[in-house]
Amino acid sequence: MHRLSHLQTLEAESIHILREVAGEFQNPVMLYSIGKDSSVMLRLAQKAFYPAPIPFPVLHVDTGYKFKEMIEFRDSYTAQIGVRLIVHQNREAIDAGADPFRLGTSKCCGLLKTQSLLDALRAGGYDAAFGGARRDEEKSRAKERIYSFRDARGQWDPKNQRPELWNLYNGRIDPGESIRVFPLSNWTELDVWEYIHAESIPVVPLYFAKERWMFERGGSLISPEQSIIPRLPGEKPKLVRCRMRSLGCSPCTGAIYSDADTIPKIIEEIIGFRRSERENRVIDHDQDGSMEIKKREGYF
Amino acid sequence: MAAAQEIPLNFEIEQFLAGERAKDLLRFSTAGSVDDGKSTLIGRLLYDSQNVYEDQIRSVTKASVNRSAGAIDFSLLTDGLRAEREQGITIDVAYRYFATARRKFIIADTPGHEQYTRNMATGASTAELAIILIDARKGVLPQSRRHSFIASLLGIRRLIVAVNKMDLVGYSREVFERIRAEYSAWSAHLVLPGARPGAHPSTYFVPLSALEGDNVVDRSANMPWFEGPSLLEYLETVETGDGSAAGAFRFPVQRVIRPDQDFRGYAGQIASGVVRPGDEIYALPSGQRSRVRAITTFDGDLAEAFAPMSVTLSLDRELDLSRGDMLAGVEEPPSAAAHFETRIVWLNERPLDLNRRYLLKHTTQLVSARIVAAARTDIRTLQSEPVSELQLNEIGTVEIETSKPLFFDAYESSRGTGSLILIDPETNATAGAGMIVKAVAARPLRPSGPVTAVERRARYGHGPAVIALGERENLAALLERRLFDRGCAVTVLRQPEEAALSALHAAGMIAIALGPEADLELASDDAAAASEIIERLFAEKWETGGGI
Ligand SMILES: Nc1nc2c(ncn2[C@@H]2O[C@H](COP(=O)(O)OP(=O)(O)OP(=O)(O)O)[C@@H](O)[C@H]2O)c(=O)[nH]1
Ligand SMILES: [Mg+2]
Repeated sequence: MHRLSHLQTLEAESIHILREVAGEFQNPVMLYSIGKDSSVMLRLAQKAFYPAPIPFPVLHVDTGYKFKEMIEFRDSYTAQIGVRLIVHQNREAIDAGADPFRLGTSKCCGLLKTQSLLDALRAGGYDAAFGGARRDEEKSRAKERIYSFRDARGQWDPKNQRPELWNLYNGRIDPGESIRVFPLSNWTELDVWEYIHAESIPVVPLYFAKERWMFERGGSLISPEQSIIPRLPGEKPKLVRCRMRSLGCSPCTGAIYSDADTIPKIIEEIIGFRRSERENRVIDHDQDGSMEIKKREGYF
Repeated sequence: MAAAQEIPLNFEIEQFLAGERAKDLLRFSTAGSVDDGKSTLIGRLLYDSQNVYEDQIRSVTKASVNRSAGAIDFSLLTDGLRAEREQGITIDVAYRYFATARRKFIIADTPGHEQYTRNMATGASTAELAIILIDARKGVLPQSRRHSFIASLLGIRRLIVAVNKMDLVGYSREVFERIRAEYSAWSAHLVLPGARPGAHPSTYFVPLSALEGDNVVDRSANMPWFEGPSLLEYLETVETGDGSAAGAFRFPVQRVIRPDQDFRGYAGQIASGVVRPGDEIYALPSGQRSRVRAITTFDGDLAEAFAPMSVTLSLDRELDLSRGDMLAGVEEPPSAAAHFETRIVWLNERPLDLNRRYLLKHTTQLVSARIVAAARTDIRTLQSEPVSELQLNEIGTVEIETSKPLFFDAYESSRGTGSLILIDPETNATAGAGMIVKAVAARPLRPSGPVTAVERRARYGHGPAVIALGERENLAALLERRLFDRGCAVTVLRQPEEAALSALHAAGMIAIALGPEADLELASDDAAAASEIIERLFAEKWETGGGI
């Protein structure tokens, strides 16, 4: 009987997408956020072109507020698998002292992520950019195509998406326009962890529970790693056993209380979860539909 | 996602993962007229099967304060765009994921509004099963028929007809039976002309209340007269699998993998069938034969691969193959034709136009195409009549001519090698979705002899022409770009000599000549002038072939 498991089906579909883009575009790039989804996407790219190397570079948009462990992992892992890494920062905004506490998270994200991403894509002249976003992460992402068309200003028009039938993707664009491509569209958080487990894919150690110094505020755990975090009177970091469920900028991504220090324990934890994985991201909850608004402006 | 599954005390990860691997995947979509309750049904299904996170429930409870539905508005779990929440309708497909102890599901919740039919087609194209919703108060509406028809065109062989809002008709058995009879009478004609026996979709009728949850996950106490399984019970047990591994071997080449002198492999996703090292294959279009030497993957060489796996094949004999070519089993090669009949759903505001060229994407190749005849299908009677254009959301049958032969199977037997899309080369929009029926005039696998003017014309979609523009360099560049983008064979000549012009003419190309001569009175604005020339070129339909 010829039948693929659920994960094998997803893997085959994602590899097909990666190869289509490499075949149809002049100058693709893979956005690399260092998180678990990016790790899976990179592994799929290795598989897609094996035994040849990955035929495009990976791009990290560095806000300067990422966890130290993320940057270390990024540098050593990309070197180990031999993929070309490009790091882009919005230097101007960082030097001007952009920070989420002074500007508010949506403005800070706008400058350090969206603007920076659009600048990097323009500077590289990329006509296609892979992202590791999944449709199950958030309700506006659930609406997005696998090939997501962006106009010359990098913007998404959710009310006017190209029809997308079967696996026949339309990559035709005019100069200046581009396509964002989401090879993991149909993966869920659980699929990603099951795949990481099955394939022994390395991930940033922040995903595993251990004792870490954290500010405990209400129900959320914020890392004191960045000096910009304003301290409440008398507040001191505490040692808490915790881990990150989703990785972002350290001031805006909360850790969760957890004892899951292995992948099987993480999987066990996830199937018991009653809250979605982006709940610990401050930035997604600024206003109703905030992810959709950011995406329209050019955010991934 | 698998929120809130009960974790047994003796949880064993390996046992859990083995259970996960044993689960299969069912992709289904919703369909039906606007407001029939599709999104509400999907929200209810996710909620009652405990596949929604608490913060998501909280957010739709909050957002629905202004809407009439009550505490939880289930439709907001999938209507994720702001415009959708404001207007209370679905605009584009939402994909949702859920799992039960038996199966994983990918749901495409599609819009019912006629204006967004193309988004419904998007969601249905990858589905194995469709749930057609019908409002019990309204019965079978034109849009219920349109969606059923599109679903069956797209090869969906399993339909669930869900008669919804039974709470508003007093859970009446009579209403359900009446709608079942009405739908069955119409759908008896849904057998597509030329379809194989057995291709008729199998249909399960179920009475529901999406709002109240009757027969969604649990069987309804309000409808004891209905004895069939609930919607979820049916979804969990219906047979799955598109059978693509059972077909003849087809492997469209996506990319040549050549890391060094010693390895040349062809990367692709198997569209149908099975392949093993040693199998004899045809390389198309060349028609050369070779044998599969190895099936290479990152995880090691394989002894066998089957649809829909993505693999890399290397061959015994090195052939000149590139993206867009196909490897196929020698026992049952695909059809080869540059002229074929296709069912089509038109997806663009700009109507299908018999006088325009389109780009056509089929498997991994992009070719230039023209539609030479069209017929429109009436959704109510399922009868067809010849037309000169198809409007947005209309369905029909067309004859397509391509610039070079395609290697295909009927869509009925293979989605992967029988489907195509048409792209408008001026706007880059995806304008049509096609399902190939059969070749109209099959051509030999490999034409021989010198290339003829007729072949050139078929390839380029136009005859030769010379356009003298005087000294208007910018206009020449713009015109060249626009013609090129339409798929024309065009070039700009700076010092037009007689010999060069006649060589281009013989080659069937369009020559834009810069120099002392100008043979047209043109607008001084370049864009306007270019449009004018293109219009005149295509109005002549290339019958004359000389200068204009
Ligand atoms: N009484 C009752 N109302 C229902 C039922 N199902 C849906 N509704 C209501 O019907 C209206 C439309 O529901 P939706 O789920 O948005 O309909 P839809 O089919 O998704 O609409 P489009 O996606 O825009 O085509 C809402 O007000 C629902 O609350 C039902 O079973 N009973
Ligand atoms: Mg809806």
